[in-house]
Amino acid sequence: MPLIEAQNLSKSYGALRAVRDVSFSVDRGEVVGFLGPNGAGKSTTMKMLTGHLRADAGAARIAGFDVADDAVRAKQHLGYSPEGAPAYGEMTVREFLRFAADLRGLAEPGESVRRTLALCRLEEVAAQGIDTLSKGYRMRVGFAQAVLHDPEVLILDEPTDGLDPNQKHEVRRILKDMAARKAVIVSTHILEEVGELCTRVIVIAKGEVRCDESRDQFLARGADLNAVFRQLTA
Amino acid sequence: MTSPAPAAPGLKPFAAMLRREFAGYFRTPLAYVFLAVFNAFAVSLAFFVGGLYESGVASLDRFFLYHPWLWAFLAPAAGARLWAEERRQGTLELLLTWPITVWQAALGKFLAAWLFLACALLMTLPVAFTVGWLGDPDWGVILSGYAGSLLCAGACLGVAAVASALTRSQVIAFVTGFLACFLLVLVGYGVFDELLAGLLGQKGLVIGWRQFAFRVTVDDFRQIGLWRNLEPFTLGLVDARPVAYFLSVAFAGLGLSTIIVERR
Repeated sequence: MPLIEAQNLSKSYGALRAVRDVSFSVDRGEVVGFLGPNGAGKSTTMKMLTGHLRADAGAARIAGFDVADDAVRAKQHLGYSPEGAPAYGEMTVREFLRFAADLRGLAEPGESVRRTLALCRLEEVAAQGIDTLSKGYRMRVGFAQAVLHDPEVLILDEPTDGLDPNQKHEVRRILKDMAARKAVIVSTHILEEVGELCTRVIVIAKGEVRCDESRDQFLARGADLNAVFRQLTA
Repeated sequence: MTSPAPAAPGLKPFAAMLRREFAGYFRTPLAYVFLAVFNAFAVSLAFFVGGLYESGVASLDRFFLYHPWLWAFLAPAAGARLWAEERRQGTLELLLTWPITVWQAALGKFLAAWLFLACALLMTLPVAFTVGWLGDPDWGVILSGYAGSLLCAGACLGVAAVASALTRSQVIAFVTGFLACFLLVLVGYGVFDELLAGLLGQKGLVIGWRQFAFRVTVDDFRQIGLWRNLEPFTLGLVDARPVAYFLSVAFAGLGLSTIIVERR
């Protein structure tokens, strides 16, 4: 059974058809790079997969549970970091993660928080208010709440956006370490990330899937990935 | 093979929500300003406008008389953040992708806000003790007055929750919530009687069709006034009608705000 399933997902905003009949599935061990220009429908597709947006048509399943009909069980298996990694700014990092752990009803919330702080190298800012953190740390907090419960499915909307090269490297390292046990979707603008991180690539443009293939197939399309990207999304 | 499903969370998410929201009020100095303003106004209105001391009567009805006005202003102030802040910070997206139902989250938020308003109300207890020290009040009546005031606060909070669910701006949420509550205060006082009589006609207005038609009169509007429903409590009369009125407004507001958030 695939851990992530998108089945003929469609969504319109008024007259704009943001996502049209998008289908794919992701198995354990796969890291899918979700590529596309701004406004292509990447975030909308992710929001439908996570149950945040209701699809106009089609279905989304996480670990076999329908995100609309069996939302709570689907979400127990899901870790999601929305674009910009929003968090409750007035809380400290530790309080925020503890809240997320309690809300998820984790058996050992304290231990989960401690482990996640260590994994994401957040210990030194654990007692700091999230509002006072630099962008790099804030993105890591968003990532931390997504992996807190060691979910089988990870959906990350531009997790490396705005990070410096060292921070990007760090996030990719953590992701790679856990990828074998999970199904991961990462949306990104950064084409080099494909080679470094992903096992598979889905390119989406104007709400439609333009290409869905393995990393090697994608890289074999040409040496200049920017040109490949332009051609696929034209 | 998939890893075992996490244990059913039961009431834990709801309790976590309630705790966070309640503690959230005290994270900013605003909560303390709120409590101070509520107390200052509650006490000074009772003593300086209502003449609580000069009346020479050991009763708190002049103290509770102003509570609908206070709640109309302060419940929207406390309730404005309920959903508007989640939308502004973008955390609503996070919250709605965590394994908690919108209803659990909404109820946790609502009860936390109500609990916060209860704290404000409890801080006025010295007024009751002063009356007890000066005279020999009927404590049962005072208790029912406090219960009525708390219910009135819940009704205003219900209105505020709807206002907060509609916008990402706390200021807009507060102003709309305040205006709606303000109307609920005014209709009870009869200042609208002439205006309403003009609109509805002297005999009232018939709404509906055939057997489903009913007549709405000026007096019906008066029934939904906050003071009209609070007054019996301040006289020691705990009647089912005002209790049902306050609770229906509170929970209708909670329900409507939840539906708005769910259908975003």
